[in-house]
Amino acid sequence: MTTPLAHYLILAALLFSIGLAGALTRRNAILVLLGIELMLNAANLNFIAFWRFGPHPEKLTGLMFVLFSIAIGAAEAAIGLALVIAIYRHRRTAQLDRLDSLKG
Amino acid sequence: MLNEFAFLLCAALTLAGAVAAMTLRNLVHCALCAAGAFAGLAALYLQLDAQFVGFAQFLVYVGAIAILIVFTVLLTRGAEIRPGESTASPAPWMGLLVGVLVLACLIGSIVASPGLFRVPSQTARASVQQIGEQLMNQYVLPLETIGLLLTAALLGAVVIALREPPDK
Amino acid sequence: MSGLHQILVWIGEITGIIVVFGSCFALTTIAERKILGRMQNRFGPNRVGPWGLLQPLADGLKMITKEDIVPFSADKTLHFLAPLVLTVPIWLAFAVLPFGRNMSAIDLDAGILFFFAIGSASELAVFMAGWSSQNKYSLVGAMRAIAQMISYEVPLVLSTVPVLMLAGSLSLNDIVAAQGTHTYLGLACWNVFTPWGLAGFLLFLIAATAESNRSPFDLPEGESEIIAGFLTEYSGFKYALFFLGEYLGLFAMTGMAVTLFLGGWHAPFSWLEWVPSWLWFGVKFGALIFLFIWVRATLPRLRLDQLLNFSWRFLVPLCLINLLVAAVWFWTRGWNSVPALLIRWLLGAAFIVLPWHWLGQALRGPLPPPRKYTYAE
Repeated sequence: MTTPLAHYLILAALLFSIGLAGALTRRNAILVLLGIELMLNAANLNFIAFWRFGPHPEKLTGLMFVLFSIAIGAAEAAIGLALVIAIYRHRRTAQLDRLDSLKG
Repeated sequence: MLNEFAFLLCAALTLAGAVAAMTLRNLVHCALCAAGAFAGLAALYLQLDAQFVGFAQFLVYVGAIAILIVFTVLLTRGAEIRPGESTASPAPWMGLLVGVLVLACLIGSIVASPGLFRVPSQTARASVQQIGEQLMNQYVLPLETIGLLLTAALLGAVVIALREPPDK
Repeated sequence: MSGLHQILVWIGEITGIIVVFGSCFALTTIAERKILGRMQNRFGPNRVGPWGLLQPLADGLKMITKEDIVPFSADKTLHFLAPLVLTVPIWLAFAVLPFGRNMSAIDLDAGILFFFAIGSASELAVFMAGWSSQNKYSLVGAMRAIAQMISYEVPLVLSTVPVLMLAGSLSLNDIVAAQGTHTYLGLACWNVFTPWGLAGFLLFLIAATAESNRSPFDLPEGESEIIAGFLTEYSGFKYALFFLGEYLGLFAMTGMAVTLFLGGWHAPFSWLEWVPSWLWFGVKFGALIFLFIWVRATLPRLRLDQLLNFSWRFLVPLCLINLLVAAVWFWTRGWNSVPALLIRWLLGAAFIVLPWHWLGQALRGPLPPPRKYTYAE
């Protein structure tokens, strides 16, 4: 293992900011969800990197957290995409700036 | 040496996939590039000796979530983008600015901790048996809660996306 | 020098797998056509070589020299990548199968998870093929194929869970080793000789048939319905790659069924253990491939809603009940006398057969009233 921890953390930071910028910038609801999934994955990478390089890798804390995080990410993606489909069925659009009927 | 090269390759693949997923016009291409990014992340988990999590990431994200996203793109006709429209919201620079600021904060804090640049010498082993024992002993409550959550998510997704029968 | 030695061993294993399963693919194409022909009361191909055995060579030449047509409005990158994304992960799946004693290429701690994770990557390839062709039939075929594959992935994985529970490990070598004990008359303790093993074996075979898009689940490539489904716009070498990928998927599933349920490379009786272990694997493998071909010749194709109902309303509940049967079997593992064994089997059988009957009736729905015939006077 010759790659230091900081490289993994920098990669996770880059991934997180790409996901964040995409989620804030794109108009389509599905792509916002994709950005959120990328952010979740960046956090998972952080957890695994800290587990691997941390003081007590035999306690498997980081691994367990990531397993549950993957499961929750899957559940959230399923619900989010179901919502997008339901909204499309009523409004015939998935572009976020057209879904503004609740706007003040 | 080989380790460093493998890390750079996987990192490049992941970042390229993520950037492509967030910038391409065609939604199906975005979804497939995101699947590539998830696969790159699975390879990184394998490099970090987290085999179970790497395979689980591949199975769940590439094998299920990417397909779900692709199905949704097709069901919402998102792939048909009219040529004149832009893909970004009216003020994209705001989102980009926030992204860059967050990146600067994170990288600043990483670079400011010199202890993170050391290379440790210990090996980490996470056998499936250990994971199973921990899941059944220490993490049994989160395990059962996740089961409940996934059941609720399954039922909820089906109910939300169900096509209502026409009123007679 | 152990690094170089290791690399040479790996190259040898990779070459071995490619050569063996490549020639297996060629043999299976001709064997399938001849066996299907014989079951349909006709000869199969018999012109090229003795008994038509050189037919794969002729097929291969034809595929390679055919013109590679890509539709004008197709998405060129995806259209090119789809056969690769299908075939490459499936070759990876052969790395964990134990073909004989000490003959698995990699011994992973989470071998089965690796196998199923790799198998799930092929669904994206099917979608890429269907969507990139920009053809309604391709897209409809691809959507059906993906719906079928994700529906049958659940019974596929669930039917292997009792095996994992009772072997106590996800590593395929450990699972084969757990089937290495012997009982009366030297009969080996394969998983298929237990009630949960038998039910799990049948469930796994049904789900594997559906995962490989084979008849009776070959709606995605139904030749009489939607031309060739997601393969419509592929010709020449790319079609050959899809064909190869599909058959390799079938071989990987068969290898997994042999490993999980039929005792891997163990002989059926302890006094037959002198026969080489890879020969036993090969014999069981061949028998299962023959079974798949036989099923293809026998059963008609299922319609899409019948297919999906069958998976979600029949196979998944049965797989979950199978877990219960496996748990009961494990709980009574101390009962060793013959009448106790009979009671164990009866319990297991009752727990499987009764739900099977009830679920089947629920799936079929009410029978129509007996037909009334009216005759002309």
